[in-house]
Parts: sequence; structure tokens; C-alpha cells
Amino acid sequence: MKYILETKNLVKSFGGVHAVDHLSINIPEKMITGLVGPNGSGKTTLINMLSGFSPHNSGEIFFSDVERKKIMPWENQVYGITRTFQQVRLFDQMSVLDNILVILTERAPFYALFERHSGYHLKCAEDILKKIDLYEKRFHNAADLSYGQRKLLEIGRVLAMDANIILFDEPFAGLFPEVIKKIEKIVLNLKQEGKSVVLVEHNMAIIRKLCDHLIVMDAGKLLAEGHPEKVLSEKIVLEAYLGE
Amino acid sequence: MEYIFHILILLSIYGILALAQNLVMGGTGLLTIAGAAFYGIGAYVAAILATKFGWSIMAILLIAPIIAGLIAFLVGASFARFRDDYFMLATLGFLMIFNTVAKNWETFTNGSFGIAGIPKPYILGFTLDMPMTFVVLAIFILIIVVTVSYLISRSSFGRALNAIREDEDALQIFGYQTSRYKLMIFTIGAAFSALGGVLFASYITFVDPNLFTVNESILLWAMVILGGIGRNRGALIGALFLVIIPEILRFIGFPTEFAGLMRQCIYGLLLVLLMLYQPRGILGTYKL
Repeated sequence: MKYILETKNLVKSFGGVHAVDHLSINIPEKMITGLVGPNGSGKTTLINMLSGFSPHNSGEIFFSDVERKKIMPWENQVYGITRTFQQVRLFDQMSVLDNILVILTERAPFYALFERHSGYHLKCAEDILKKIDLYEKRFHNAADLSYGQRKLLEIGRVLAMDANIILFDEPFAGLFPEVIKKIEKIVLNLKQEGKSVVLVEHNMAIIRKLCDHLIVMDAGKLLAEGHPEKVLSEKIVLEAYLGE
Repeated sequence: MEYIFHILILLSIYGILALAQNLVMGGTGLLTIAGAAFYGIGAYVAAILATKFGWSIMAILLIAPIIAGLIAFLVGASFARFRDDYFMLATLGFLMIFNTVAKNWETFTNGSFGIAGIPKPYILGFTLDMPMTFVVLAIFILIIVVTVSYLISRSSFGRALNAIREDEDALQIFGYQTSRYKLMIFTIGAAFSALGGVLFASYITFVDPNLFTVNESILLWAMVILGGIGRNRGALIGALFLVIIPEILRFIGFPTEFAGLMRQCIYGLLLVLLMLYQPRGILGTYKL
């Protein structure tokens, strides 16, 4: 198995508390990797570090065997990484269409000044919006969308980034079954396109259905790693989840 | 008639300043109080270059935005680490520094006495010494600033600025080096403000440090908020209201001993009413 993302002895502490404690994991390429663990086990913290949202204190992070000592969030585009947020973070007072377009257009400020968006960008954005069923709402402000639609729009932004590594932070939380099915389809599609997906999720049924590889964390440490069925039947994992 | 042109000139100058303020504050969400500082820098550059070095105002209209932009670039680069309230305090500090320098660097600025006798613009054999002629230049510059402001807010650049206002951290994740965007719009805003400053100095023919205090910055804030944050048209409407209202109040004819005070009261009351009933401003699309 080839790994697209590796961490070695990764540490992140908040005032003496190790949110992530000497964590060494491997994320296989072109697969869906589940990331589970009780609340506060460091899953979101890990995603924040991998996406440059907050710096790690010590340890090493490798993307495709290249170590990145300091991860700057804006370099994500170069390295082909994107993510969603557990607490949805959209550009609220912008239209749904603009929320997607801003991900598609020029990043260098000076060039951006002389570009609006090409027909190509517009078509891409509209295709994405059709995929996530928000095309009709494209001129509405993101703030006016319902919770489920907001979650979908975040996934739309991920599709717009067209990244190689996608970190989903609880994309299914609190959604209607129909919407869950739609997002499951999108995630499976991404895998088929050869993307590597990391999926933080609490629902074991979804984990069993989607994931090829599973990582279980507890209190910032790695508890178990491997094939989902095998990992989920391990005693230590059952104890962490169900108690003694 | 003179008076109408006078008002139109004031409107153009404040329109320019409000547009600049809106690009930085409304469009990008950077709460800057340095608006009056760059306005003052433009005015002082005009005053010093024209009276001490004999430059023509037309040349200064080209050079002053570059000087102000350069200062904004240097200052803004160090402000890039601040956010929100801290950015606001930093820009307030910059305004204070500008004011102190203007008051105390007497060789250049004449200190509190200010600089008088700034010449009127001279172009193609005409001196624009009447409000009727000056207004043409003022409106011409306003049109340029309006055009550029619209181009900016409709470009991909403008869209990214709005996204910075909404959620800067999230935008960075998607590959934007937001500090560059903020620095660039801060610089552009400063250059525009300086244009307003040059026009003002040349029109009034006099500058002194008290014209460019925090009061002036707050007036610009009021214009942007009143008209509607994040909208170019809003900034222009805000400028229109806040230039015209004091002039209308002039005609109500209060007894002279408290005319000024009454004007301030009514002016304040209007702002409070707007805050209560139309908190997103007259055009009312966005909030900070």
C-alpha cells in the first residue's frame, strides 16, 4: 500500500493538554480512510494541523514522502489538499455561486484584479451546483441556506478545489437520510476519480459502508489502525466506544 | 450658483474618500481609522510640494497617490499581523502619528499654523480658480475613482476581498494568501484618499493638522455605514447625505449662538435613528 500522507510522533498541545499526543499514522493513497474516536480525541485537531489551520508543536508530517516542516494554509492549493469544516464555514454574505467561483478563480492578487470569471469558470461552478442540487439557489446568499444545504455547499467547494487529498470533518452530521445518500455518492465518486479521502465520522454504518481503511483515536493517541471490520471488532476499540 | 458648485466639489471630495473607505472597510472588512491620515498625507503632499517646491497641482495629483500608497504599503505590511479590533487600534495609532508629525515637523508643515496659499490647479492655460471650473476637475477625478472602484469590486479580486470579510481563515485554506490581498486594497484605498486630499488642499488653499483628526475618519465611517456597507453606490449615497444634511441645517435658521450645537444635535439624532431603523444602511445589503 502506498501512503499519500504520513505523520510521525505528531504533537499538538493546548496549554499542557496534549490534544494530539505522539501520533503516527499513515493515510493510504486513492482510498477512503475513516477517522473515528470519541469527542475530544483529537480528530479535528489533526485535520487542522494537516490543512495548516493550526501549526503542530513537534513531530513530522509527510505528504507523498516529502516532509513539510511548516504548513501554510494557502499552500494547500499547491499540494492539492482541501477540507471541510465541522462547524460549516461559508462566505455567508456572498451568493452561492460566488462561494464556488471564489474557489475557481485566480489566486494571485494582481492577476485577479484584471479577471472577473471566464465562461469556463462559470460553467464549472454551475456544474458543481447542479451536482449538489443548489443550482436553483445560486443567487441566494449562503446565509439564507438551510443547514443541510450549507453542508452541501461546503462539499461543493471541495469539488471546486479539485484536490488530491480531501479531509472531510463530519460531513454527514445532522443530515437527512436522502442528503446523506447524496454525499455518500459524492465521496465514492471522488475515490473513483483517484482522490485520497479522510473521513471523520461517528456513524459506524457509514464508516463500514465507505471506508477501506480505518484509524481509531482516543485521547490524542492512536488506538487501532487497519481494515474497518477488523479494527471495529478489536477489544480495545469496543472498550473505548462501549465501555467495559 | 457658486454655492451649488461648492457643494458639488465637497461631494466629489467626500465621495472619493467614502469610496476608498468602503473598499477597505466595507469590501474587505478591515476596520481602518487611518482614512483621515491618508487624506491628510495627500493634502500635505500637495501643500508642501506646491508652496515650497513650486510643483503644479496637476503633477501632484499624479505623485501624491503614489507617495500615500507607498506609505500605506510599508505601514500595512506591518499591520498585516493584526486583525479586527487590533487592526483598528493600529490604524488609529498611525493617524495619531501622522497628526503629531504634522503638528511638530515645523520646517515642512508649519506646525499648528498650517500651510496657506496653496495654488489652484493650472491646466492647458486655464487656472481653475472658480468653483465653476474647479468642479470639472473634481468630478473628473471622482469618475475615475468610481470606475476603478467598480472594476475592483466586480473582479475576482473584489470577490476574494468579500470572502476575506466573511471568513479570512477559511479562505486561506483554499489557497489564498490573504495578507497580500489586504495589503493591496489598503494601498489602493490610501492612494484614492490622497487624491481627495490633493483636491481638498488645492480647493480650500489651506491645510492644518486639525482638519485630519479622528473626527474626519469617523465621518468617513458614518458615510460608509449610512449608505450601506460594501456597496460603492452606498458610499456615494452616504457622502451625499452627510455633506448635504449639514448644509440643509444651515438654512433652518437657528439663533446664531447655538446654531452649531443644534446642527450637531440633529446630525447625531439622524445617525441614531438610522442605526435603530436601518442598521445596514440605506442600501442595506451587508453588515460587518
